[in-house]
Amino acid sequence: MTSEPVPLDLTADVVVAGGGPAGTWAALAAAEAGADVLLLDKGYCGTSGPTASGGTGVWYVDPEPAAREKAMASREGLGGYLADRRWMARVLDQTYENMNRLATEARYPFPVVDGELYKRGVQGPEYMRRMRSWVKRAGVRILDHSPVLELLVDNAGTVAGVRGHRRQHDTGYRVRAGAVVLATGGCAFLSKALGCDVDTGDGALYAAEVGAEMSGMEFSNAYGIAPTFTSVTKTAYYGFATFFRGDGTPLEGAGSQGGRSVIARELLRAGTVLCTLDQATPEQRQQMRLGQPNFFLTFDRLGIDPFTDRFPVTLLLEGTVRGTGGIRIAADDCATSVPGLFAAGDAATRELICGGFTGGGSHNSAWAMSSGTWAGRGAAQFASGLGAGTHRRRLTAAGGAGLRPTGTPRGAGWGEEAILVVREQVHPYDKNYLRHGDRLRPALAELDAAWSALRTGSGAAGAAAVRTRQAAAMVAHARWMYHSALARTESRGMARRQEFPGLDPAQHHRLTVGGLDEIWVRPEARETVAVAS
Amino acid sequence: MIEIVSGSRCVTCDVCVAVCPTNVFDRGPDGVPVIARQGDCQTCFMCEAHCPADALFVAPLTHPAPADSPFVDETHLVTGGLLGSYRKEIGWGRGRKPGARLAVGPELGAARITPAALS
Repeated sequence: MTSEPVPLDLTADVVVAGGGPAGTWAALAAAEAGADVLLLDKGYCGTSGPTASGGTGVWYVDPEPAAREKAMASREGLGGYLADRRWMARVLDQTYENMNRLATEARYPFPVVDGELYKRGVQGPEYMRRMRSWVKRAGVRILDHSPVLELLVDNAGTVAGVRGHRRQHDTGYRVRAGAVVLATGGCAFLSKALGCDVDTGDGALYAAEVGAEMSGMEFSNAYGIAPTFTSVTKTAYYGFATFFRGDGTPLEGAGSQGGRSVIARELLRAGTVLCTLDQATPEQRQQMRLGQPNFFLTFDRLGIDPFTDRFPVTLLLEGTVRGTGGIRIAADDCATSVPGLFAAGDAATRELICGGFTGGGSHNSAWAMSSGTWAGRGAAQFASGLGAGTHRRRLTAAGGAGLRPTGTPRGAGWGEEAILVVREQVHPYDKNYLRHGDRLRPALAELDAAWSALRTGSGAAGAAAVRTRQAAAMVAHARWMYHSALARTESRGMARRQEFPGLDPAQHHRLTVGGLDEIWVRPEARETVAVAS
Repeated sequence: MIEIVSGSRCVTCDVCVAVCPTNVFDRGPDGVPVIARQGDCQTCFMCEAHCPADALFVAPLTHPAPADSPFVDETHLVTGGLLGSYRKEIGWGRGRKPGARLAVGPELGAARITPAALS
């Protein structure tokens, strides 16, 4: 299969790639369905990803019809009417069940408010520490610091395993599996937004290499507010902020929601935006500190009082971590369009419940635990249906860019160059946030050239391959984003085009995108859109 | 970014080596972990949260602190109560109440939009 020897050769019924919320719920569900489960984390299951370091609200709503109706209606307009009521209802049901299990079975220490457990949020470090313990108790094997490098397929093209690298042992590994769940997170393009640097879109690349499709990739331009030169993106608390220009005059129209583009424009124009959280009452200030202690780490350590001092802020790219695009879901069990391959959490599209508006916070966390549960269960069922020959299939490695150059090998160097191209073409607000075709097209041309260089010349193994594959995943991600953004010639959800400011009823559909060397975009076929209201 | 591994506090458990999601530490020859890849640090503070000895300090900056910064001065950090402060805030460690038990943030209404003139 490969020329390298594989020091660690394993088998599992279900492999879960990624150990954040979606991956741990998937592993748990698969194990409870009777599967032998191996969870592979690029970092450490329990600390990897934005949930562990950040914490999150949860879309937890009592099963009371009026409350559920209100919850479902709340973001439909913002999302450009691309969400789906049936999926929202499923997610609300599954999230309610999972959060209750988190209290009873994982003994998560929820706060008590008015005599009842308050389950509309979780503190990240505590949540993910409990999830790690819980999946281990369920019999799941965990390999930390073991990034997947590529998928393996059988002769029929069914996903049948993974190959990867154990970076703290500097050895390769291979797993033969009955099914694979990709729960590798979204892509924040190494922006250093809180906990997001492990999220380089790896799963989407691996999925595309076996023929899976993406959806909603134009909804990928989420930027979070953080104090300048820091990592702590907690945009919600900036709802209490007043913003100023560098000269101290108020920055009219700026706001954390409904005014973030004003901040982006001022940062582009002058480079400086200041703010102070002067709208929070003394009681709210106290609640903020209890609710999100890590929000204050930055301020306490820098000696800033965020409620009275003016401090500089910036916008950090959160890409598809807070956007909604990802691997297209083809069935209720979170199967992709490729047999044997399932997707969950931010690696998958969240349009089903968010449409084209950010799923950041409560919706994404609800989606992660729900889609994880369904994908884990679906993968276990798929694996059990394969029968006795599961682990005797002849396997082919599906990885391309960064592993197996199509032209003259140039080593791993292209990976670092491609990361620079991503920084220059994807991070800037005037390209990715304030989008205009005249700026998207040249940026895309640069990204296409970077892809071509990677694909033809980049070939690495071991630890170097982890970096070239991350680079390839980010470049692929960026190209799907900009192709989709150019295809949507209107402004819907968070995908806004400066030259097409209005909503176009003729484009009331999701966009499917796929391909690697040649990228295609098409409206999602009507019959594959699960029927909504 | 991670700036300090306190040799006097470290209990050589290698927990930070295991839990760092971006693999910043290497095992040290004397048991005290070494910051081997600071540039990969994503300033997520998870190593601090998991360190049982309050021996680590993550400066709140996404670039390395300058050599004369107070963030690389262990004595300053100890005096200011900053070493181990995140772990204390989230209530991890023996005898502490989990911060999660108290984590109820304020209700978030519509975000304020900055007006043209402040009253």
